[in-house]
Amino acid sequence: MSEFRNVSSNPHVRSGSTTTNIMLWVIIGLCFPAAFGVFNFGLYALVLILLAIASTVATEFIYEKLMHKPNTIGDLSAVVTGLLLGINLPSTAPFWLPIIGGIFGILVVKMLFGGLGQNFMNPALGARCFLVISFPRLMTNFVTDTYTGATPLAALKAGEEVDVMKMIEGFTGGVIGETSMIAIVIGACVLIMAGIIDLRIPGSYIVSFGIFVILFGGRGWNPAYLSAQLAGGGLMLGAFFMATDYVTSPITNVGKYIYGIILGLLTGIFRIFGSGAEGVSYAIIIGNLLVPLIERWTLPRAFGIPKKSRKEVKA
Amino acid sequence: MARLTFVGGVHPYEGKELTMDKPIKSVLPKGDLVYPLSQHIGAPASPIVAVGDHVLTGQKIAEASGFVSAPIYATVSGTVKAIEPRRLATGGMCNSIIVENDGLYEEVEWPEVKPWEEMTSEEIVAAVREAGVVGMGGAGFPTAVKLSPKEPDKIEYVIANCSECEPYLTSDYRRMIEEPELIIGGLKIAVSLFPNARGILAVEDNKPEAIKKLRELVKDEPKLEVKQLQTKYPQGAERMLIYACTGRSINSSMLPADAGCIVDNTDTLCAVYRAVTEGRPLMERIVTITGDAIKDPCNYKVKIGTSYQELLDDAGGFYKTPQKIISGGPMMGFALWDTEVPTTKTASALTCLTEDAVSAMEPTACINCARCVEACPEQLIPKNLADAVEHGQTDRFLKEYGMECCECGCCSFICPAHRHLTQLIKGMRKIQLAQRKKK
Repeated sequence: MSEFRNVSSNPHVRSGSTTTNIMLWVIIGLCFPAAFGVFNFGLYALVLILLAIASTVATEFIYEKLMHKPNTIGDLSAVVTGLLLGINLPSTAPFWLPIIGGIFGILVVKMLFGGLGQNFMNPALGARCFLVISFPRLMTNFVTDTYTGATPLAALKAGEEVDVMKMIEGFTGGVIGETSMIAIVIGACVLIMAGIIDLRIPGSYIVSFGIFVILFGGRGWNPAYLSAQLAGGGLMLGAFFMATDYVTSPITNVGKYIYGIILGLLTGIFRIFGSGAEGVSYAIIIGNLLVPLIERWTLPRAFGIPKKSRKEVKA
Repeated sequence: MARLTFVGGVHPYEGKELTMDKPIKSVLPKGDLVYPLSQHIGAPASPIVAVGDHVLTGQKIAEASGFVSAPIYATVSGTVKAIEPRRLATGGMCNSIIVENDGLYEEVEWPEVKPWEEMTSEEIVAAVREAGVVGMGGAGFPTAVKLSPKEPDKIEYVIANCSECEPYLTSDYRRMIEEPELIIGGLKIAVSLFPNARGILAVEDNKPEAIKKLRELVKDEPKLEVKQLQTKYPQGAERMLIYACTGRSINSSMLPADAGCIVDNTDTLCAVYRAVTEGRPLMERIVTITGDAIKDPCNYKVKIGTSYQELLDDAGGFYKTPQKIISGGPMMGFALWDTEVPTTKTASALTCLTEDAVSAMEPTACINCARCVEACPEQLIPKNLADAVEHGQTDRFLKEYGMECCECGCCSFICPAHRHLTQLIKGMRKIQLAQRKKK
């Protein structure tokens, strides 16, 4: 037969899901907290977010051009990084801050380690921590025309009372995308329903953090304090959008729970015993570094392999 | 009640509506028939005819050459034209007997058989062995070997695999609709071999008609029951099926008999029934010719040895150019570059697709999304195994249970980065199995 036909090994059909699709869903999910942030802090917040996205995408594009690598900005992962970085900045940040952050996140954290899938920590969080360390004053300046006081979490740390309802709604100070628990949870629900993320990591993270606060928070079972801790700071944003980053979270099912619990404990330690009020970013970054180890510990037994005879079956 | 199933799996587009309601059509071969000597797992059969011999329909032309082997019968009458290597659907060459069809279909005289109820277990197994019955779901394991486990008392379930989880295929379904009594008969014979066994007909719940029909037939059979399984690929994989039906799990180095089970495909049971009650060897099977490139998709009762091309011609040929022609279904079938390939005992379908999803998508970087982990019915980490293969880490591959893979294709199917996970793992398994044989 003269006609050309493709020959390949099975399977011959594909599900049609693509990396671009997944990233698009994450962007849709992130739009909820981002939109609320813009509504809460004004149009300049939007400018910051767009600058962050432009910076990450441009960095990836230029790097790949210079290195003669195939162009991968079409997979939208750089857009996700930029968007995450953007909503992790205070609304008072100068315009060059997201640009520097975007370059650092993509170039140093992602591309130098081999690009998408090879980065050992979340590029957006890596960039955020880099900025916090390098420009601490700019990154913690939450004083705007509307919100003059400290962030609720800082106030809580100082022993002041906070308005929990306001924190859940999101009309408080903080970085652009973290303030509204409602907007974040709506975005997270979209992702869960689209099958992009599941509750293993966020669930075990939030629950273990809650237990830690009850045990070591110094206030015992105090619902107001507990809910302020849960709604405050970057916990919700971190749990649903950053800890669930595929690349930097464990691939095994059991590993996901362990990872979530480690994040919960670290966040608790940083928030309650640390000097600062925040702890989510550092907790997730340290968790990211533990992922290879967690994956090795939690290698599942294959179907039908009896519990004790691991060695026998191998032989 | 929770629907019976297993952990993992995927839901590919089923495509069964193309041929689901098409009655089985008998088709007589016109050209030469090709009988590869290796249509089963085990030693190839050895030919007992010579070039120039005249053979009759139902005449044995090749003898089983070992315990795990099966004889082969002529399915038409005619002259042996040649014994030479021919291309198989799996891609390799295999020594084959080629018979020129004289178009008369003269049959041998069928032996007298006594009713199976009066036969001993040994006689039944001998009849099955003599008829050349092998697992017709795809593996081609000689059924007589399956039916004679070391400890027959320990067999508790004989499972008729009626799940047909592979997309596009409807050959088993049509058999259930049109000749369910053959399946039930075969199952009854198989169950009678084991004193403590019950028969289970496992059907996926996307075949309600078949379930109804089979339930009606087993109403008065105390030892048989129909179990409805959740529709999910690969529900019909032997290990998954056993788990769904009995809750027992076995690994790749165990046999179903280790879990007290015997699993047989629907077509195999029909062949068992005919072999035992009529003394007829395995000569025909049902093949689905389907796919969006086919003009008139259909189910055929085919004389084994007929070329796929003849079936294609009968189905009206292509009305769109197919990019990919697959012997079997799209998840586990073998891609063909030529349709002049004989149907064998294990050929269940010819699927012709106008689009080849594999070549349309370039693999990209893994994003560690764990979809392959969720989908893997063997609870492996396909991503790690594929990485190990790419990096040549054989030790890691074996340590992470690479040999447990059943090559079902779920990981490649689901992967958003379009990595060729199954292909990589399958390649490494082949190498390992070949090395094992050498030792």
